[in-house]
Amino acid sequence: MLSAESLAKIDRELAKYPADQFRSAAMSALRIALTERRDTGATPAERCLNADVIEFVANYIGIPPVAAYEVATFYNMYDMKPVGKYKITVCTNLPCALQGGVNAAQYISGKLGIALGETSADGKYTLLEGECMGACGDAPVLLLNNHKMCSFMTPEAIDKKLAELE
Amino acid sequence: MAVFVNGVIFEGVDTHAPDCWRIDAYMARGGYQALKKILEANMPQEDVIAEVKSSGLRGRGGAGFPTGLKWSFMPRSFPGDKYVVCNTDEGEPGTFKDRDILLYNPHALIEGMIIAGYAMGCKAGYNYIHGEIFEAYELFEEALDEARKAGFLGEKILGTDFSFDLFAHHGYGAYICGEETALLESLEGKKGQPRFKPPFPASFGLYGKPTTINNTESFASVPFIIRDGGQKFLEAGKPNNGGTKLFSISGHVNRPGNYEIPLGTPFATLLEMAGGMKDGKKLKAVIPGGSSAPVLPGDVMMGLTMDYDSISKAGSMLGSGAVIVMNEDVCMVKALERLAYFYHEESCGQCTPCREGTGWLYKVIHRIANGEGRPGDLELLDSVGNNMAGRTICALADAAVFPVRSFTKHFRNEFEYLIEHKKSLVDHKWC
Amino acid sequence: MLEIEIDGKKLTVNQGSTIIDAAHTAGTYIPHFCYHKKLSIAANCRMCLVEVEKAPKPLPACATPVTDGMKVHTASPLAKKAQQGVMEFLLINHPLDCPICDQGGECQLQDLAVGYGNSGSRYQEEKRVVVGKDMGPLVSAEEMSRCIHCTRCVRFTDEIGGFQEIGMANRSEFSEIMPYLGKTVNSEISGNVIDLCPVGALTSKPFRYSTRAWELSRRKSVSPHDGLGANLIVQVKQNEVMRVLPLENEAINECWLADRDRFSYEGLNSAERLHKPMIKFDGKWHETDWQTALEYVVKGLNGVSADHGKDAIGFLTSPHSTTEELYLAQKLARSFGVNNIDAALRRSDSRVAAAQQGALWLGASITELAAAKSLLVVGSSQRQEQPLLASRIRQSVKKGTQLNVIHVADDELFTTLHAKLIVSPAALVNALAQVLKAAVSIKGVESTLDLSAANVGEQAQAIAASLCATDNAAVILGNVAQHHPAFSELLALAQELSRVTGARFGITAEAANSVGADVAGANPARGPLGASVTAGLSAAAMLAEPRKAYFLLNTEVEADTYNGQQAVAAMKQAATVIALTAYKGAGLLDYADVLLPVAPFSETAGSFVNMEGKLQSFNGVVRPQGEARPAWKVLRVLGNMLSLDGFEQNSAEDVRAELLAKGDIAAKLNNALATTAANVAAPAAAGLVRVGEVPLYHADPICRRAPSLQQTEAAATPVVRVSPADAARLGLNDGDTVVVEQGSASVSLQVRADKALAEGVVRVAAAHPATQALAGMFEPIQIKRG
Repeated sequence: MLSAESLAKIDRELAKYPADQFRSAAMSALRIALTERRDTGATPAERCLNADVIEFVANYIGIPPVAAYEVATFYNMYDMKPVGKYKITVCTNLPCALQGGVNAAQYISGKLGIALGETSADGKYTLLEGECMGACGDAPVLLLNNHKMCSFMTPEAIDKKLAELE
Repeated sequence: MAVFVNGVIFEGVDTHAPDCWRIDAYMARGGYQALKKILEANMPQEDVIAEVKSSGLRGRGGAGFPTGLKWSFMPRSFPGDKYVVCNTDEGEPGTFKDRDILLYNPHALIEGMIIAGYAMGCKAGYNYIHGEIFEAYELFEEALDEARKAGFLGEKILGTDFSFDLFAHHGYGAYICGEETALLESLEGKKGQPRFKPPFPASFGLYGKPTTINNTESFASVPFIIRDGGQKFLEAGKPNNGGTKLFSISGHVNRPGNYEIPLGTPFATLLEMAGGMKDGKKLKAVIPGGSSAPVLPGDVMMGLTMDYDSISKAGSMLGSGAVIVMNEDVCMVKALERLAYFYHEESCGQCTPCREGTGWLYKVIHRIANGEGRPGDLELLDSVGNNMAGRTICALADAAVFPVRSFTKHFRNEFEYLIEHKKSLVDHKWC
Repeated sequence: MLEIEIDGKKLTVNQGSTIIDAAHTAGTYIPHFCYHKKLSIAANCRMCLVEVEKAPKPLPACATPVTDGMKVHTASPLAKKAQQGVMEFLLINHPLDCPICDQGGECQLQDLAVGYGNSGSRYQEEKRVVVGKDMGPLVSAEEMSRCIHCTRCVRFTDEIGGFQEIGMANRSEFSEIMPYLGKTVNSEISGNVIDLCPVGALTSKPFRYSTRAWELSRRKSVSPHDGLGANLIVQVKQNEVMRVLPLENEAINECWLADRDRFSYEGLNSAERLHKPMIKFDGKWHETDWQTALEYVVKGLNGVSADHGKDAIGFLTSPHSTTEELYLAQKLARSFGVNNIDAALRRSDSRVAAAQQGALWLGASITELAAAKSLLVVGSSQRQEQPLLASRIRQSVKKGTQLNVIHVADDELFTTLHAKLIVSPAALVNALAQVLKAAVSIKGVESTLDLSAANVGEQAQAIAASLCATDNAAVILGNVAQHHPAFSELLALAQELSRVTGARFGITAEAANSVGADVAGANPARGPLGASVTAGLSAAAMLAEPRKAYFLLNTEVEADTYNGQQAVAAMKQAATVIALTAYKGAGLLDYADVLLPVAPFSETAGSFVNMEGKLQSFNGVVRPQGEARPAWKVLRVLGNMLSLDGFEQNSAEDVRAELLAKGDIAAKLNNALATTAANVAAPAAAGLVRVGEVPLYHADPICRRAPSLQQTEAAATPVVRVSPADAARLGLNDGDTVVVEQGSASVSLQVRADKALAEGVVRVAAAHPATQALAGMFEPIQIKRG
């Protein structure tokens, strides 16, 4: 289900916690599983978490599957729905909005021809609205594939970034 | 990233230098001297805590609880494990100071946590990092490796009998985990649902063990306090408001960013440091302490100083020091709608008043903002808010209600106008 | 002790009590939803907010510990306002579908809304819609929009069930209660979430839409399934059992029921119920009247007796029968001159009855067992044998009990084991002997048994150390031990272990009235309350050495005996098989000659003696179906027709009084065997041996006919399980069809490698229709690729 490399990463996370507290690694383990699927999935559906993967992760770290599912659905960065090769999450919360966050989201939406919450027909892009990323000073900010933060995303910067993703 | 350096954490940090976060650069700035001082002198734990108490350091996460006092709550003679936990789950809209500490001066935090571990007799610590700043999490892991290699973490630190290890744990998108008991739940691999208190973390914390949780900035202030003395830290601020503080300014200013300045600095000075109002527009409103703090009209703000007591007297909170500045183009109904949406999204869902109330508030405000307000809506908002605030396990319900109360209080005419005329009094522009 | 005041009432409460506990002792009701005395405190519904003097805001009574001098107001304006506010929030998204909701009339939300809600709603936004979930055949989660997120069900599966099968996914107002994606809720005690759900979100699937709660009458009864003796409320409408709920009894079932106790009632209304007496002649079944049928029985018994002697007759009586029925059955047999009577139908070791000195029992009360500091459970698949006892032990472990296990499979018990020895059935005796030997060594005493063949391993040492470290330990033998051919050795070793360590010892009585059967004298070597009798044959012996006539009381031998294959063959060779039965099952129709319709527990007065030796009597809750009659009456009439003395009882109470006049039950409970010779030699490595247990919902005739239980995973066609090593050696892959063979029969089943099993073990359930053709439950077995 997961590569040896991902399992080794999960093992490293497990080692951070006391021996009987393996559950603590659930968040990392799900993130590692999601990252592997994002990096290797060929279609939007293959890039998100699904029942089999969550159950596998739960069994690997030794917690009930439904407990892992609770975690996967509580934290909103875990992709539970099909997602494009490039998932772009733009913060539109108040401080960001005041510094162009909403405009940036609209600009990307117009450029990609998809509304917020949608994935492009070719499965390449998903555009989402995000909540506070703790980087308001850098607004407009967006997260690319959950982990890469792009700061000061003026229209020019967005053009440049999208060009890199081609 | 603008960081105005005039305080204890960023003193001497050249944020433009790519390696400024590394252990060598930190040690060149005098880093880890505080830890060495303690270990070499075999300083009694009580003395370390006393020094922190003397600094007047108050929790920088928002609640402003005296840090030294918090440390003294940890049971001394507890037979099992105890933990020290850092809260870098910075997700309160407007707050972005802790990210800069992780990116530019992570070892100050590491050293602060090691000292805390020493003072409270803990063997392990965790830093819980906001999931959205994943790069900062990865960098922090590297910094931890550096500290381990240098012998500041692990077994028998610097050859003494003191052993302590520190680990990074990331969130993955849940504002509520900034609440300390939700953070503990999350650290245990569960949903971040706050715990009912009592018991408090000092007696029943991580894995049910005594635990102290502090904000990133609080821990990162500790090396200075130990190295240069609590008195010096205290003197950097004003009485009962010791030290310097990071303020995150966002919104309609020319230079949004973090400013580390003495507590008690006038707001007008801070605004000036941030380059003043963008495009020379008029200051309309300021949220002085993160999105949960009540909004204050601009003219009120201009008369205040940036410290816990002054802002509190004016009816708001210094909170995490996140200052959101809004100009005259902002429709306050729209602004509140966005915040109400946020709290609705981020309610953990366990307590009835918050789970149901945040949705109700948002739906009503959304209607008003879209010209579908009804007479009585403002009274309804007030009443629903009264049934939420103070009725839940944690303060998220209160945090959702404060903006509603303060926006509808200070800018009531805008709400009434929209309800009556189905259009905004303001020709709204976000920026 | 703390002095506090609730609504002006002064009271003294224990340190650590919560306000709601204190209010309860004062008789003050505080409204609540999420709080439940048996679950952890969630404090999430906020309905129990009360005013506490000097507190700045209302506090949840369920979670707030009382402090000395605390003054609480549960109905002050502040408290009321808080409670009414919460009620409004609970109702804004709750559908107004009470008229079509199954919970209507017994809904906590509905009840409290009357007291705390408004007549109209201020909420004018769109209501939330939550899609239904599939939790399996027992619990309906179709209408999850009704859910108020109290999380009682979540906490129940996690804390009482031992494994979290239900979760609350998502967050904020989008939180949803659900099982894992694509999974059902499979706990053997899952139905309790229906009782716990304060609204109509989780309802009973079999009961749904069948009637209204207020149309039901409530009658007390006792569960007829496992040996716990769970107390029931049987709900009845128009002479039909519609639903079964727990009757709270802290000493026995607390407030819970196992699913078997709760949902088996469906079997009472099975289409297989026998409504008229039937006689087989010319190879065909014919309905007849009682007189004809009874005369047929008398003729049959007299005929076999005349032709072959009394010893050619055997009585096989089910331990799910009432004490009164078992008493009259043994009285009928013995008065007629037949000594062959037994109720331990699945016991293979005939030596036990001969050596018994009393009724075998738990050796403690259930609460005493739960309070033990160290427990050793030998040969028990606890969760399927005694679901609620397993759950209770799980709670004990949380409070510090050390649970040790010697078993034939490393079953998931959803609890922490202190030590365990997992062995083949052939090594079970040796394993227990190891523990005894280690205990003998720890205590520095001599044992009367020869333990030289036992080599003490690390786990055995740990178990012995655990038992020896406390003066409150217990050793109990489960069904596997009781069915095992070496039950007498196991019992003797347990007895010796008890002597050496001071631990209590006993058995978890298999059936609702296993203890009652011994008490009533349905035992081949002991009469009522231990009266001495001429010894007869045990069930195992009656089947191994076939009789000419069998008298079956509530017994279906293909599923209720140790060796179904042998038992059916014995029936078929008999000249006559007389069955008193509630059902015309396929087996009986095949091998019996006369079927007399008798009432199940719900249609007769009677009593069961549970595993702790407690006699619990009950009345019929409905009239017998068709022409069925209580079995005690049938037996009494047969006694009359056979011209036997002492069959003049007019009621079940008369029968019970006659039995109880002979002595005190408690004085007749005794697990000590008269002879304690035990051969503990390590087993020779013989071929494969079967582990054949009775599946959860095949234990007795009633649950076997409960359609909803039969749809659960636990009732599915058994899979053959072997150790991974054996699977590899035999070249078997998971899912392969294999043929397992015992005696004259072979059956084809799927195979699965199972690391819970020791090498040399083939685990294949008994009593299931797919495996009834197989032979002994713990006997040699062959397996080959299909």
